[in-house]
Amino acid sequence: MEILVCVKQVPDTAENDIELAKGGRDIEREDLVYSVNEWDNYAVEAAIQLRDQVGGRVTVVTIGGEEADEVLRRQLAMGADGGLHVNDEALEGSDGLGLARVLEAVAQQGSYDLILTGAQADDGAGQVGGMLAALMDLPFAALVNHIEPSGAGALRIGREVAGGDQEISEMDLPCVLSIQTGINQPRYVGIRGIRKVASVEIPQLDAAALGLDAASLGAGAARLRRLDYFVPQSGPGARMLAGKPDQLAAQLVEILKAKGGIR
Amino acid sequence: MDNLFAYIMHREGAPHDSAAELLAAARQLAPQAAPVAILAGHGPELDAACQQAAALFPQVWKIGHPYLAQPNAEILRPLLARLVPQGALLLLAHEHFAMDLAPGLSVKLGAAYLPDAVAFTGIEGGRLKAVREEFAGLVSAHVSLDLSAGAVISLRPGAFKAGEAAPVQGQISDKSAADLDGGMPPARRRYIETVAAEAGEVDITKAEVLVSVGRGIQDQDNLELVFDLAKALGAEVSCSRPIVDAKWLPKPRQVGTSGKTVKPKVYLACGISGSSQHLGGLTGASCVIAINKHPKAPIFQRAEVGVVADIIQFLPVLTKAVRAAK
Repeated sequence: MEILVCVKQVPDTAENDIELAKGGRDIEREDLVYSVNEWDNYAVEAAIQLRDQVGGRVTVVTIGGEEADEVLRRQLAMGADGGLHVNDEALEGSDGLGLARVLEAVAQQGSYDLILTGAQADDGAGQVGGMLAALMDLPFAALVNHIEPSGAGALRIGREVAGGDQEISEMDLPCVLSIQTGINQPRYVGIRGIRKVASVEIPQLDAAALGLDAASLGAGAARLRRLDYFVPQSGPGARMLAGKPDQLAAQLVEILKAKGGIR
Repeated sequence: MDNLFAYIMHREGAPHDSAAELLAAARQLAPQAAPVAILAGHGPELDAACQQAAALFPQVWKIGHPYLAQPNAEILRPLLARLVPQGALLLLAHEHFAMDLAPGLSVKLGAAYLPDAVAFTGIEGGRLKAVREEFAGLVSAHVSLDLSAGAVISLRPGAFKAGEAAPVQGQISDKSAADLDGGMPPARRRYIETVAAEAGEVDITKAEVLVSVGRGIQDQDNLELVFDLAKALGAEVSCSRPIVDAKWLPKPRQVGTSGKTVKPKVYLACGISGSSQHLGGLTGASCVIAINKHPKAPIFQRAEVGVVADIIQFLPVLTKAVRAAK
């Protein structure tokens, strides 16, 4: 099975406080710790497991600047067979559809049975996989938390629906799936594993190499544009307790007693 | 703006709670318009849901077919792409079905897509200005959406407050017959079954006090600190999604829209940042107390009382104080 996994490099929100910069035109990017989008990491693991089961090849693709090379190497170290790096300044400011168009062009240069994305990334939109499927006229399922082969040319999949229920379907290949966290346990990648793939060649692609018209991409073509970032004022917020740990604990005990939190 | 539609989820013959929120959002976009509710499904359940939707919306489009008895975006998407007119605005609730249906539908309609909007701030020059959240809710963004070729807009459940409108007597139009005459295309995704979430060893939805743990616990071995505190308090232990994803605690202990909705008197959130999905499971909690080492964690917006501390160091101190107080 030929599998393409679309991955994105994102600021790690578990490691960083996100601060505004340039009066809200951007976030403060100095000293940000970047990592692979968490959902994408599960998608790559799912692809590797499927390949190990039925054979084939896993290719990871990312769209981003030079530094995004790091996430591709990490996924190669996990066990992906090849990487593709789309790097073109003309793509900056693309909306979801713009990115889906780029990925469509990438996918058309290969012959993939299965295309995986994370269910969402740092902007929380969850849109690129569904758009890519529609552009390619392929069937799609979002929030997939189970995949197994089902005879030739099909997969049995589970989708996470409300309240933790799981919706089971059979899906024809080729198809596009967006992967939910928790579908597997992504394998650990150490520094040593990443060193091993340091010299693997990763083809660099730009809009021209993909046969895309640069004028139809990027901020100019985007119908959804970000105007600024801001921190919302949402209500009074919590009453913040102050003091040393012992004092904080003593205050909390009093509050817990008053609210019926100690039984 | 006449071409205003809302796709309404329904279950067991009743529209989803978000129906009234979609109506409120539609009114905000165009106070004078007559928004059309679209419901798809099959049989008496669909009929009942359409009746109820007609008490909210002046017009209801009913799309009925046995193949639509179970939600399958792969079947519904092409139908909606044919029925919804060019240039229309279509609203829907940003949950699991919208994530399946909407991005591809926007492509098929040639419309722009705005996912997971939490507020509208105005329309100017054919563009809608709206608010979204990014970076797990740490930062919000103003966005601008080009409406010239229509748009599909999904709304964060709970973000748009349902209005207090008097019931209307909406008109129900059966759109099934006209558009489904040719039968359904063979679907490339075939629904098999829905497996209910497993029942757990504890029912956190009935707990009066919950000690809930998130990513801040860092290591599975540290969960002991949480169970110690819960034992001292006489509470149950629940958790946020990353703890279940890591397989450190079983799914039935997960609080949030993809887990359980809980209603304790006291919810002690330990090392939980407070994503919208997590907060969605807290709507019934009376008093939320949050302990987190990041002072800007969104959980402090929802909590009544907050402590900035690293739970690894602080929980043992708190447990000791609770034991001493009993």
